[in-house]
Amino acid sequence: MLDVMTISRRELLIVGVVTAAAVILPPFISAQASAANAAQPVKTKLSIWVNDARQEMEFDTRTTLLDLLREHLQLTGTKKGCDHGQCGACTVIVDGRRINSCLTLAVMHEGAKVTTIEGLGTPDQLHPMQAAFIKHDGYQCGYCTPGQICSAVAVLGEIRDGIPSHASPNLTEPPRLIASELQERMSGNICRCGAYSNIIAAITEVAEASA
Amino acid sequence: MRPFNYLRAQSPAEAASLSAQVHGSRFIAGGTNLLDLMKLDIETPTQLIDVNHLALDRIEATPEGGLRIGALVRNTDLAADPRIRKDYAVLARALLAGASGQLRNMATTAGNLLQRTRCPYFYDTHQACNKRQPGSGCAAIGGFSRQLGIIGVSDACIATHPSDMAVAMRALDAQVETVRPDGTTRVIAITDLHRLPGNTPNIETALAPHELITAVTLPAPIGGTHIYQKVRDRASYAFALVSVAAVIQQDGSGRVALGGVAPKPWRVESAETAMAKGAKALSEQLLAGATPTHENAFKLTLVERTLASVMAQARAQA
Repeated sequence: MLDVMTISRRELLIVGVVTAAAVILPPFISAQASAANAAQPVKTKLSIWVNDARQEMEFDTRTTLLDLLREHLQLTGTKKGCDHGQCGACTVIVDGRRINSCLTLAVMHEGAKVTTIEGLGTPDQLHPMQAAFIKHDGYQCGYCTPGQICSAVAVLGEIRDGIPSHASPNLTEPPRLIASELQERMSGNICRCGAYSNIIAAITEVAEASA
Repeated sequence: MRPFNYLRAQSPAEAASLSAQVHGSRFIAGGTNLLDLMKLDIETPTQLIDVNHLALDRIEATPEGGLRIGALVRNTDLAADPRIRKDYAVLARALLAGASGQLRNMATTAGNLLQRTRCPYFYDTHQACNKRQPGSGCAAIGGFSRQLGIIGVSDACIATHPSDMAVAMRALDAQVETVRPDGTTRVIAITDLHRLPGNTPNIETALAPHELITAVTLPAPIGGTHIYQKVRDRASYAFALVSVAAVIQQDGSGRVALGGVAPKPWRVESAETAMAKGAKALSEQLLAGATPTHENAFKLTLVERTLASVMAQARAQA
């Protein structure tokens, strides 16, 4: 009894989760899948560039790029929203392209160059997109904001590169820097506070300043 | 997520061979669908074979005047390719109507073809699903079926194939090139790639175990007006309720394939002669034998109206 009393709340919660998982098996898990469940975690090594710093990492193969950034490198600016590629809160820029860091394994990015919100700007030296989000109130709670800003920076690059979108009226002409284009291109970043119009205003200002 | 081994293949044939050596192996490229399903314990690979480093990321001309699209060409790059935008605009439009910018930057051509259904009962491991667990039943039949299939479905499964890209490729008569563990290759017509569920909805394609898609080829351009119209619950970043991929010629003849209604891109070549008679006749022939639920019967009307819209756009652009 005393032993039970001395374990921390966190340990108790972990024990509770393990017990529940062992007792309540989902009804449609196959026997094959259950057998695989007994497999031991597999470690792997990786060299990756994050915000211009080279990192030599060792981690479980199951680690997503998002978890590598947050849990192994303590770069918690990148947020875990849905963890299924539906919300965009985890958006980072890898080798110049914005991706959902939750839907890619870290081990798949040997030698890659990753830019997170921490690499775009600092509190003293804001990236123009960060400054514009502040100026235009492009957020309320702020949880989706790092993903919104990484996505927005990459969106302007995609428009500069002539990559078309669903909102482009003509596939053979360069896309234009107009609200409908920005809205379509930002549709993978959800904002539950509904700051969309201010986000578009912020991106538009940066686009016009750099045009 | 369950533990798995991870290794990188050096060639397509090696990837297929490595897959055949370990039970429970899966190929991973973009990973946008596979990882999603692994987190939910729906996909449970024991080994992942990373094919991203294979040189399958190019789009090149074929001797027949068409294009050969490497299996690893990202959706963004395929949609942005000048040749696709000019000669196969229906494909560019379909790609751009799918997913989000972030996902298109990762998702590959072959992975898009092989993505799994988004049927909510497939995704919920506490529900019966013959596709996920053969023999367990289908909770979608009699359940929330508004998004689900109306034709080509069976008593065992009413799931739809979620791809937009594949619908355009069906209209364009694409072909799929593969390699098998013994190094042999073959070509599969896109119409034969996805199979109808019947009594085995868990078997979704004509691919043999460990067979790897290496490329998708498009025949020489056929001209015409290219339109991809997608009807969905929100203006962007949603799966289709109904979509139409169409290539329509000056004389009003053409090809149409439907998305959002069936377990595979739905095209009925013999129905295309009905185009001259209008959307209603065309729709009736395309959907002859449809078995909608009371929740998704609206798709019958929606297909007809979307076809009418597409045919009107084609006339206006001709």
